[in-house]
Amino acid sequence: MNGYSFAFAGTTLTALPSGALWWDAERILVVADLHLGKSERVARLGGTLLPPYEVTDTLLRLDDAVTRHNPATVICLGDSFDDSRAADLGDDARLWLARLMAGRRWIWISGNHDPLPVTLGGECRAELTLASLTFRHIADPAATAELSGHYHPKIGVGGRTCKCFLTNRHRIILPAFGTYTGGMFCEDAPLAALAGDGAFAILTGSVARPVPVSPQRSPRATTSR
Amino acid sequence: MTALPPPFSDWFDKRGWQVHPHQQDMLDRAGLPALLLIAPTGGGKTLAGFLPTLIECADGHAGLHTLYISPLKALAADIRRNLTTPVTEMALPIRIEDRTGDTSYTQRRRQRADPPHILLTTPESLALLLSYEDAPRMFAGLSRVVLDEIHALAESKRGDQLMLSLARLQTLAPGLRRVGLSATVEDPAAIARYLARHPDPCPVLLADPGPDPDIAMLDTDTAPPWAGGGGRYAIGAVLDQVRRHRITLIFHNTRAQAELFFRDLWMANTDSLPIAIHHGSLAREQRQRVEAAMVAGQLRAVVCTGSLDLGIDWGDVDLVIQVGAPKNVKRLVQRIGRANHRYNAPSKALLVPANRFEVVECQAALEAVRDHDLDGEPRGPGPRDVLCQHILIAACAGPVDADALYAEVTSAGPYATLTRPDFDACLDFCATGGYALRAYDRWQRLMLRDGLWTLRDPRSARAIRMNIGTITATETLKVRLRNRMGGLPLGEVEEDFAATLTPGDTFLIGGEVVRYEGLKELTVEVSRERGREPKIAVFGGTKFATSTRLTERILAMFQAPSWPDLPAHTAHWLSLQREVSRLPESDRLLLESFYAEGREYLAVYGFAGRNAQQTLGLLLTKRMEETGLHPLGFLATDYATLIWGLDPVTDPAPLFDPQRLRDGLDTWLDGNAVMKRTFRAVAIVAGLIERNQPGGRKSGRQATFSTDILYDTLRRFDPGHLMLQVTREEAMRGLVDFRRIEGMLDRVGTRIDLVRLERVSPLAAPLMLEMGRVPVDGAARDRLVAEHADRLMAEAGLDL
Repeated sequence: MNGYSFAFAGTTLTALPSGALWWDAERILVVADLHLGKSERVARLGGTLLPPYEVTDTLLRLDDAVTRHNPATVICLGDSFDDSRAADLGDDARLWLARLMAGRRWIWISGNHDPLPVTLGGECRAELTLASLTFRHIADPAATAELSGHYHPKIGVGGRTCKCFLTNRHRIILPAFGTYTGGMFCEDAPLAALAGDGAFAILTGSVARPVPVSPQRSPRATTSR
Repeated sequence: MTALPPPFSDWFDKRGWQVHPHQQDMLDRAGLPALLLIAPTGGGKTLAGFLPTLIECADGHAGLHTLYISPLKALAADIRRNLTTPVTEMALPIRIEDRTGDTSYTQRRRQRADPPHILLTTPESLALLLSYEDAPRMFAGLSRVVLDEIHALAESKRGDQLMLSLARLQTLAPGLRRVGLSATVEDPAAIARYLARHPDPCPVLLADPGPDPDIAMLDTDTAPPWAGGGGRYAIGAVLDQVRRHRITLIFHNTRAQAELFFRDLWMANTDSLPIAIHHGSLAREQRQRVEAAMVAGQLRAVVCTGSLDLGIDWGDVDLVIQVGAPKNVKRLVQRIGRANHRYNAPSKALLVPANRFEVVECQAALEAVRDHDLDGEPRGPGPRDVLCQHILIAACAGPVDADALYAEVTSAGPYATLTRPDFDACLDFCATGGYALRAYDRWQRLMLRDGLWTLRDPRSARAIRMNIGTITATETLKVRLRNRMGGLPLGEVEEDFAATLTPGDTFLIGGEVVRYEGLKELTVEVSRERGREPKIAVFGGTKFATSTRLTERILAMFQAPSWPDLPAHTAHWLSLQREVSRLPESDRLLLESFYAEGREYLAVYGFAGRNAQQTLGLLLTKRMEETGLHPLGFLATDYATLIWGLDPVTDPAPLFDPQRLRDGLDTWLDGNAVMKRTFRAVAIVAGLIERNQPGGRKSGRQATFSTDILYDTLRRFDPGHLMLQVTREEAMRGLVDFRRIEGMLDRVGTRIDLVRLERVSPLAAPLMLEMGRVPVDGAARDRLVAEHADRLMAEAGLDL
């Protein structure tokens, strides 16, 4: 499946090329930052009218990951909706989500964009510890064995930039799974500070592939280490 | 004949000046609704444009009388200074002000409340003025509009936007008269149609073009190299010319070449002649310093690019050197005009071909200049992304009646043939997004209220105003020296270029070699790196394609029995080509195939210009892949595409089947980077993407996402969307340039000659040395990334 499996906090996890993370031992699928309803929110706030297809595209890819792995549990690491009003989604998308959620445990971790409980079913948590791992939206610099989202890490390799996982011994920061999401370079100060020495990134795309992160790319990262 | 009133005749007499015939002509016909003056630089063009205004305002005038529009902010300020002289000396009751992006907020507010008699501005500032509710009051009494350097504006979307703005002005001030000032162009009537209110007539006045320029190829001791660019072999001879003239402008076609040349020029500049560099990637402060030094007469030469094509009268320039083939005769003539801004003195210019092929092109250009044979590609109808922006601007100013706006828009020259359904599609895009999935019923941008289109949320006017304009150069990042308080700004590089840098890479900017240190927020930080060779010098700058007219001349030249006008080395090269193979002809397509260095090569001499030859390379290699010829890569120049692979091409005709090429284009085009880049520009102009947002930058960098995502999403879910249509039209005309491939195929029909050679031909040899090879396979790129990643992991000792 072109994933990249690696040891983390005493267990084995697989970074998938789609940007989702698979924990085989517990049959848990983790995704971060879906930002569903982004285009509608931008329009509502008087901005431009972006192509209104990002919910469909994001759900298509999520559907693909769920179908492929048939997880017992799905954990969405926050910012699943671009804001609390965006959680309305409309009937088609609600039905689609309901179909994906059927027959499995589904956990919405709340994020800074969607702090309120979701009315779509599933459990809503501020954070969660399952087996040996902790799941939350924004990484806690003091935590260990932690999975989070929020930062949308990306990296430049071979003249291209791509979304990536950023990980070290203590934490994994997942790439944004949503279609209309940008990213922050792993070398930028906040991420570099969280990653520290020995961090590496795992590229998404056609194959999940590990690359080192060179903190000296950003002078601010150097000073904050 | 309209005689000059006394204060004016006295003023001319006092200075010992006479009214030029074209100035008199302009005065005599000042009452016409539209007028186009074609005059060389230094011909008193500006005064010709303003004389009627000064005379009409001499006895006092209430409110705004004349609007002057120039493509450059600097030009507006320059003209203000020049006009102030006669106004002060004749004590005329005329207030003159300029208004650009640099004008202060208070000044701009005051100008709207109490406009001057003459307002000097740019197309973007005018569009902004028209977006305010009080525009009708401000422009009600406007009498004349003077458009300077209209030939330059007419080549871009800025001109299209300006013409839409003029249509709006004409509604606000029905008596408005239009005057266009232009340098020499190949088709004055086309500019006149562009300028006038459709279908008004627009007479063209031709000023005396002055004596023919004194133009030649620069003699050098060394012959130009076989391939490559930059003309650095000629540094000694160029320096020699600089010594012998007062001020020399040294033009280059790209910024990178200007940088490299400038650096080597200084290394050879043992007399320390004051020589500066000027191009669009340099920081504004640095450019202004060079301009000031130039005006003050402190410089002997400036190495420059198109950034000095227009504008400010430098006065004492007595030599123009063009390094690299001029690519376009019209631009060459306009550049030559930069030398000697005095009327009736011949301009002096020298051409420096950068390689052997450019010797031929320079010779063709010289002959074209002598024959007054200018080139230019006709422009298509006004692009619809500009129209979308115009509709949004109109809605900012007040409720819009669709019928009235359509009538107004079609009175603008470039939009005269716009159909109502096309207009309605643009309006629908502005109102609802124009998507097949009607998703925004509640959140439309424009709502129909009482039969008029109105902004749903009046606050959105602010964001629309902040994004006015059609200049969408690729995103650039500032380059600064890394030290203490932010460091010295050196200039800008394109974001794409910055993305390829890794710490330690060295490149040239502002004539110095710098070392890439890192990215700090949106700034590229560098340190000085004296005495090292720059590793990379490729950034910025337009890559012009050689014009159709010029390539026709080159092909005609090939048919001569001998070439006494060409330097001996070049004539010999062409004779040798004729001996061992053939020379390309205009109504046939020459292909050469040969085996060299372990590869099969195919050279396609299409003479269709760089962009079209590049597209042809992509399409042919795709066809070759399908037919099992295993192409590996290709490169394109203005004249030829060179393809290499594992198997020889023996039957070329099927490869060049126009229908199949077009089919290939359709599938290839959609996923191409060129399309994504074009889409980005279109989406910004049309208002789908806002570059600037009220309140500055958004909360975090992770909130903004690439326009490539929007492009891919539209392609997948809404392939017929307006933005994709416009993107396609634009790419076909611009970077893809399929028009010229079709032109070439029409010209040659079935007359395709494949010459099989034992070895590389004289004409193909330089191609083998060119840089810029494109690997064929998409998979090859993935492999590069994989290899790169693995190598990095190994180097870092991370065995994961």
